[in-house]
Amino acid sequence: MSTEVSTPEKASTPSSPPPDEGNGGESLVQRVVKMQAFQILLVLLVIVIVFSTLAPNNFANFGNARSIVLNASILAILGVGMTFVIVTSGIDLSIGSVMVFSGVIGAKAMIAVGGDSWGTAFVGIGVSLATGLAWGLFNGFLIAKAKVPPLIVTLGSLGMALGLAQIITKGVDIREVPQVMQDEIGYGNVVGQLPVLTVIAVVVVAIGIVVLHHTRFGRYTYAVGSNEESARRVGVKVDRHLIKVYALSGVLSGFAGVLFLAQFGTTAIAGQTQTNLNVIAAVVIGGTSLFGGVGTIFGTVVGLFIPAVLQNGFVIVGIQPFWQQVAVGAVLIAAVYVDQVRRASAARGGKSTRPSLRFGAKKSSPVEQGE
Amino acid sequence: MTPVLEARGLTRKFGQVTALDGTDFDLEAGEVVALIGDNGAGKSTLVKALSGNLAVDSGEILFDGIRRDIDTPMTASSLGIETVYQDLALAPHLDPAQNMFLGRELMKPGVAGALGFMDNKAMRGQARQAFDRLGATVRSLVSPVGQMSGGQRQAIAIARAVHWASKVVFLDEPTAALGVRQTANVLDTIRRVRDQGVGVVFISHSMPHVIEVSDRVQVLRMGARVATYKTSETSMEELVGTMTGATGRTAA
Repeated sequence: MSTEVSTPEKASTPSSPPPDEGNGGESLVQRVVKMQAFQILLVLLVIVIVFSTLAPNNFANFGNARSIVLNASILAILGVGMTFVIVTSGIDLSIGSVMVFSGVIGAKAMIAVGGDSWGTAFVGIGVSLATGLAWGLFNGFLIAKAKVPPLIVTLGSLGMALGLAQIITKGVDIREVPQVMQDEIGYGNVVGQLPVLTVIAVVVVAIGIVVLHHTRFGRYTYAVGSNEESARRVGVKVDRHLIKVYALSGVLSGFAGVLFLAQFGTTAIAGQTQTNLNVIAAVVIGGTSLFGGVGTIFGTVVGLFIPAVLQNGFVIVGIQPFWQQVAVGAVLIAAVYVDQVRRASAARGGKSTRPSLRFGAKKSSPVEQGE
Repeated sequence: MTPVLEARGLTRKFGQVTALDGTDFDLEAGEVVALIGDNGAGKSTLVKALSGNLAVDSGEILFDGIRRDIDTPMTASSLGIETVYQDLALAPHLDPAQNMFLGRELMKPGVAGALGFMDNKAMRGQARQAFDRLGATVRSLVSPVGQMSGGQRQAIAIARAVHWASKVVFLDEPTAALGVRQTANVLDTIRRVRDQGVGVVFISHSMPHVIEVSDRVQVLRMGARVATYKTSETSMEELVGTMTGATGRTAA
């Protein structure tokens, strides 16, 4: 049994409002400090300060910062979708493959249309988005309706999307990308030195944050991840919501695919095998719980920069860049450990928060025998 | 007077087990009916059937005297029937106000609302009022309910049901996990809800609570209603005897 910690005020005098105005005795500052996203931001700041001290000229300059941010831009777009998925206590392993597949189909479409104009580019973008959406819907339907665990569905579509991309291209990367796309999106800048890709990523992240934290769609995403059954009982259309969330992840993967084409001018079929794991690691480092119900997109973005800054910094200060993988692995484990400790202390209140990792198995509504 | 909710001959089998065996049930507006029975008598199954959480094999359910198929919890909600489940069915990561309005969010007016933006301030305000009305001591409206004590979560679940129920509230073992003061609070709440004209169905194993709060008692045994008593005309001994099959009569 839990100890009672309700306010000492008499239950029979409910008219006097609690003095804390509903902030639970915690100030905003206290709550922010307790957020994993904030703690991980401090870790990032420490890393940045260390590298800036070690290599004040080479690391801490605008050009280097710009390249770090640019490299994280496409991953950030994938991270937005992945955060939604993991908040529902799901997982999407297929993002890298869907990205490649969508890039291939987009490139094929642009070759078919021909020309180097914006019109061609927009056809490619539209086709890639639609292709990503199709994969997302495929994942979502199998997970929500057929009740196949997300881990398995997206592992399957990972293989299928990559295999189909290789079949379509016969394993040879497509390198024909409209010049305007590479010049204006891939290498384009706004306001002087700000990469267009980064601006696009910032817009996607901003929209993602607003949707996740301020709309009913976001609220349902948390509710489904927190307690699917109770969401169902109050009338949330859980299946439909899961389909939408995986569709979102698919669309953003498609978008990432076409942006990758613009940036590198190639479909890089073999180049995305680690992308899913890198994005998942960033989401988890940023404080989104694999158990669902908790997470922020801000955390995901911070989580992306830790590997990116480490990689960049190690090269600059002359440490073997392979150490980056070691360091990121350690940060990942530490982040999940902190999450576990937090959840163990939160669970003192009751059994409903006991961890039961279930991206392996979407809980099918149990047929409860009546007593 | 027509009962607000009535069941006739409900039957439900789970494989070889007959959980409901042609049971009847009736509830008037503005009364508290205690539903008692030994473990396995079919109490929870009956509540699930009446609250849209379980389909029955045969039998009919009448709402305000009209035959209705209450086949989903949403149908029940739209009729003004709410249930407090034994497991409370709260989302542990959401705060009390978010839980209270889950599935029934208040949206911002105009374009913002159409885009999916919620009116959190209004929801928090109404939730605060609802908790105050019940005398529920909810420490924080912005902490996740998973971090709260069992008593507080119970209070939140009850407040949510009462807030939305205009006709019927089912309370499945609402006092099982509570201390003395929280129990008194829950029983108070039940009376208050009844006085607003809502029918309350109260499932409990605690005979003192049943005697204290109910107007009538309906006893289930082996999936069927075996007796209905006016609480004022019965005793704990009689109730226990009927539950276990030692004595029995069908009266009202």
